[in-house]
Amino acid sequence: MPAPARGEHVHLDPPGPEPSARGRFGEFGGRFVPETLVPALLELEDEFRVAWASDEFRAELAALLESYAGRPTPVTECRRLSERLGVRVLLKREDLTHTGSHKINNVLGQALLTRRMGKQRVIAETGAGQHGVATATAAALFGLDCIVFMGAVDVERQALNVFRMQLLGAEVVPVTSGSATLKDAINDALRDWVATVEHTHYCIGSVVGPHPYPWIVREFQRVVGDEARRQCCELLDGADPEVVVACVGGGSNAMGTFAGFLETSARLVGVEAGGLGIESGKHGASVERGVPGVLHGARSLYLQDEDGQILEAHSISAGLDYPGVGPEHAALAADGRAEYHAATDEEALEGFRLLSVTEGIVPALEPAHAIGWLAREAGRSVPTGSTVLLTLSGRGDKDAAQVAERITGEPLP
Amino acid sequence: MKLESTLRARRDAGHKLVVPYVTGGLGAGWTDVVRAVAAAGADAIEVGIPFSDPVMDGRTIQEASQRALDIGATPAAIVAALGDVDIEVPLVVMTYYNPVAHAGHERFAASLAASGVDGAIVPDLPLDELDGWADAADSAGVETVLLAAPNTSDDRLRAICERSRGFVYGVALMGITGERETLARQAVEMGRRCKAATDRPVLLGVGISNSAQVAEAAAAADGVIVGSALVRRLLEGGGPEAAAAFVAELRTGLDT
Repeated sequence: MPAPARGEHVHLDPPGPEPSARGRFGEFGGRFVPETLVPALLELEDEFRVAWASDEFRAELAALLESYAGRPTPVTECRRLSERLGVRVLLKREDLTHTGSHKINNVLGQALLTRRMGKQRVIAETGAGQHGVATATAAALFGLDCIVFMGAVDVERQALNVFRMQLLGAEVVPVTSGSATLKDAINDALRDWVATVEHTHYCIGSVVGPHPYPWIVREFQRVVGDEARRQCCELLDGADPEVVVACVGGGSNAMGTFAGFLETSARLVGVEAGGLGIESGKHGASVERGVPGVLHGARSLYLQDEDGQILEAHSISAGLDYPGVGPEHAALAADGRAEYHAATDEEALEGFRLLSVTEGIVPALEPAHAIGWLAREAGRSVPTGSTVLLTLSGRGDKDAAQVAERITGEPLP
Repeated sequence: MKLESTLRARRDAGHKLVVPYVTGGLGAGWTDVVRAVAAAGADAIEVGIPFSDPVMDGRTIQEASQRALDIGATPAAIVAALGDVDIEVPLVVMTYYNPVAHAGHERFAASLAASGVDGAIVPDLPLDELDGWADAADSAGVETVLLAAPNTSDDRLRAICERSRGFVYGVALMGITGERETLARQAVEMGRRCKAATDRPVLLGVGISNSAQVAEAAAAADGVIVGSALVRRLLEGGGPEAAAAFVAELRTGLDT
């Protein structure tokens, strides 16, 4: 057994590459926002560039990730699951961080930036509630006012996280416009920000949005991939895993993971929400079925109709219920460095059960898609005997009630 | 360039300018609303092409956009219908960038020109991202109106005024569209700064809701854009007559 991760120090690797001029990843990215937001985005870009190059800032973030968020997270060897699937499965355990998902990595960084910019208020969008909880947590830690926009549909299906945010002192604003899910929560957060930008920081939770957000969030999440690569090296006698897989909604845990492996020869796989099946039209497979467009400030791949109206996504997991994907993912897909596939609601539920019974780890429904995909592909596109690193982006407590109801047809008593 | 020349001529003749906003596709009679506000004294008319995710818009225009989409409004049908309104007043469409990009810059610009639309406002396409669209619009003779915000720096404001066509749209507050109780404190300053930076017509819009606010804002600029206050009347069941009466009231307030 490798040495346990706890007790080790967090090590932040040097900054990764900046997007090209005007925030482009290939043909994707950019800064498509109302003029009112441009000054704030320019300020944020300057602030981040300076902070991220500063030893002091990096040391402070590393200390927070270590003493507060519980990093580094371990990589767990899954013996029984590996036996079942015929491939060697290693899990990067973001579910073990404080607040229970990788979202904490990004919000601690953005909270430090907020303080540097002298702002007192943060706003955030949330789908499953994990980013909302993480932001509310960081806001409590730093003494910031916090407002979380959450689709009314998600408020309903993630009641536990709503309460957690309120307990942490945040105000949760249910969003009823549009499809009342993550996309609409981002719309309302942007609308708030247009009015409050001079004293408010918008803490975006994924690698989406206008430049510099996709870059900033990737950099704050790359600790996942950089750590995982070192841990894999140790476990695999200096080798890299053959396949690296993570779920993709907006794509922050996947981008953070991929960032650590882009230079290796590992096959990078993002698993999107297949919903009721790609052919049903009710899914969140933005790379597989999206077309280039502009939403939430960035050119990327989006599900849209023939007139360029954005379509509703569908997924059993609120965190993947987004009709787009971060621009860097769109670029990785375009140049073939990463591939993107979908797992359906049913396959995600199967992944949810499978990891629970074989390893005693209840995954969030989002990474359960990645597990479901692997269960389907093991022995097929993932050859028997391969080594696979899978990022377990969050734990499943938040989803237990929803899954129970789905299985039994009755709400939990 | 009909939009800018018309607005300049009216301004130089001593008039303050009123530009009402109408959501395209909002009910079967929406083009009658356009004709009615033209007859009531509008100096130009801004027609919204609904988008599913209008992040610069408040409740009223969000609701109007959704209603229009729900009854089947499409960008192509709205632009085509504008080709048949047959009025002298310049028309400016307002839409978000995705429908424009989806249609294709050249195709969208050509469709506007073919329908006699004079200008376009694309609020999520700031100066730095303008190239592809603006080149196509310029070639087609469509004037692209740029927005300046209260927090826009002086340097940037000069560049925006320079690149804008038709007029300069001064955002009169920090925030999204929608009626407000009082005119924002930034409105007058926004008008003053834009006027100091350009000789193009300067219109203030966003949060300008009634005759008193129109008069106050117009005094600091060349005129105003009024959207949510008019669209609310349409959502509440008002038709062309109600819209015309409201625009006539604003017009009278400015001319007396």
